[in-house]
Amino acid sequence: MLCWAFAAFADVAVPPLVGRVVDETGTLSSDEIASLNQTLRNFEARKGSQVAVLIVPTTAPEAIEQYSLRVAETWKFGRKKIDDGALLVVAKDDRRLRIEVGYGLEGALTDVTSKRIIDEIITPRFRSGDFAGGISSGVDRIIRVVDGESLPAPTPRQQQNFLDHVDLLNPFTLFAVFVVSTILRTTLGRLIGAVATGGIVGALAWLIAGSLATSFIAAIIAFLFTMFAEIPTSSSGRGSGRGWSGGSYSGGSWGGGGSSSGSSDSGGGGGSFGGGGASGSW
Amino acid sequence: MRRFWTVLAALATLSLTNCGYNAIQSQDEQVKSGWSEVVNQYQRRADLVPNLVNSVKGFAQQEKDVLLGVTNARAKVGSIQATPEVLNDPAAFQKFQAAQGELSSALSRLLVVTENYPQLKSDALFHDLMAQLEGTENRITVARNRYIKTVQDYNVTIRSFPTNLTAMAFGYKEKPNFSVENEKEISTAPKVDFNPPPATPAK
Repeated sequence: MLCWAFAAFADVAVPPLVGRVVDETGTLSSDEIASLNQTLRNFEARKGSQVAVLIVPTTAPEAIEQYSLRVAETWKFGRKKIDDGALLVVAKDDRRLRIEVGYGLEGALTDVTSKRIIDEIITPRFRSGDFAGGISSGVDRIIRVVDGESLPAPTPRQQQNFLDHVDLLNPFTLFAVFVVSTILRTTLGRLIGAVATGGIVGALAWLIAGSLATSFIAAIIAFLFTMFAEIPTSSSGRGSGRGWSGGSYSGGSWGGGGSSSGSSDSGGGGGSFGGGGASGSW
Repeated sequence: MRRFWTVLAALATLSLTNCGYNAIQSQDEQVKSGWSEVVNQYQRRADLVPNLVNSVKGFAQQEKDVLLGVTNARAKVGSIQATPEVLNDPAAFQKFQAAQGELSSALSRLLVVTENYPQLKSDALFHDLMAQLEGTENRITVARNRYIKTVQDYNVTIRSFPTNLTAMAFGYKEKPNFSVENEKEISTAPKVDFNPPPATPAK
């Protein structure tokens, strides 16, 4: 999907994500943006869903549908796998607006509901020039609709760091564990080397996964692996196959434990969109 | 001896990986899921059609031809099996695309006709159905775009060296992609005609 965004380079750029309300036209006052932001943040804390507002002057040459999907794919609002994001895009000079709905909210915020929100709540206010009122009442209605849907409870926000992006099932990770265990074993001897490897792996797993139990299991497996596995580089040739399979096994379970708790959340949570929602004009 | 086999197996795995066997597998699977999404959204549209026809029928009984056209196109779409095997058969793919294109044009004719019935346009049920149809058409566009992207990646892999050798050895062929149905119509500039059309339907 990234390539798709690149292919559309000549079009209006997706603005940087500075907050839940991005106003490129200066239509809303800073107070209005702050209060909308607060509403949306409270809603996310309570329900977990992420709703955002974007106001741009125009989306030309693209249609608003293409543009809003591109923004949604870049910002990735909504939690990963739950896909409960929604985006209200207003193209002020085009006099067009759209509610883009993530996969997970398509059941609650159906095309019909979105269309009704646009036609009955937002556009009448827009027609009389009341942009702030139209947007805030539209957002309120979106929130009320999403509230009626049962979604998984929100998890407390985690600090995002670069380790969240380490792919734990990556062969290089396994290879690194393998190399470290070999080196430590040859330099420190079998027992101390195994203890050291277990300690390092455990510490790293704790850093990445943030769960003590997971890191403890990872440490134990790494210890056992270093202690008992036959490594082909050592002179003993018998059963070298066992060593390999032992290595990949320890890596596998480590990865499994780590990736399950890696829900980082900074800006968009990784939700995906499939073109659901409705558009309207005023 | 055992060690020899282990090394051989490891080498074979590595060479398969380098020749893009795994890449072909994962991209093939992506194309399939992209296709399923396309079919899924087309199905959603087909499911909407009967309701749409019924709601129009209540207000515009005299537009029999148009309504019949939509119903027939809908029936034709329903008779085509859109399994992933379609992707390996360009003719079947063409047929699928033609049937969906026919339904698209039948639907757009229906929408043109509805413009003449203000009562229909203000009907709440019709309004909702139109919102659903619009949303579904948009989802179809998105799904088709994504499918085009995955097929492009797949076809590039299949055709570039050295993965083309692997593809040949395992019989992976290029997958068909979507094109516009009316290429000729688009390439000619539209004519603007201000004369009243010969037969205006009843207002």
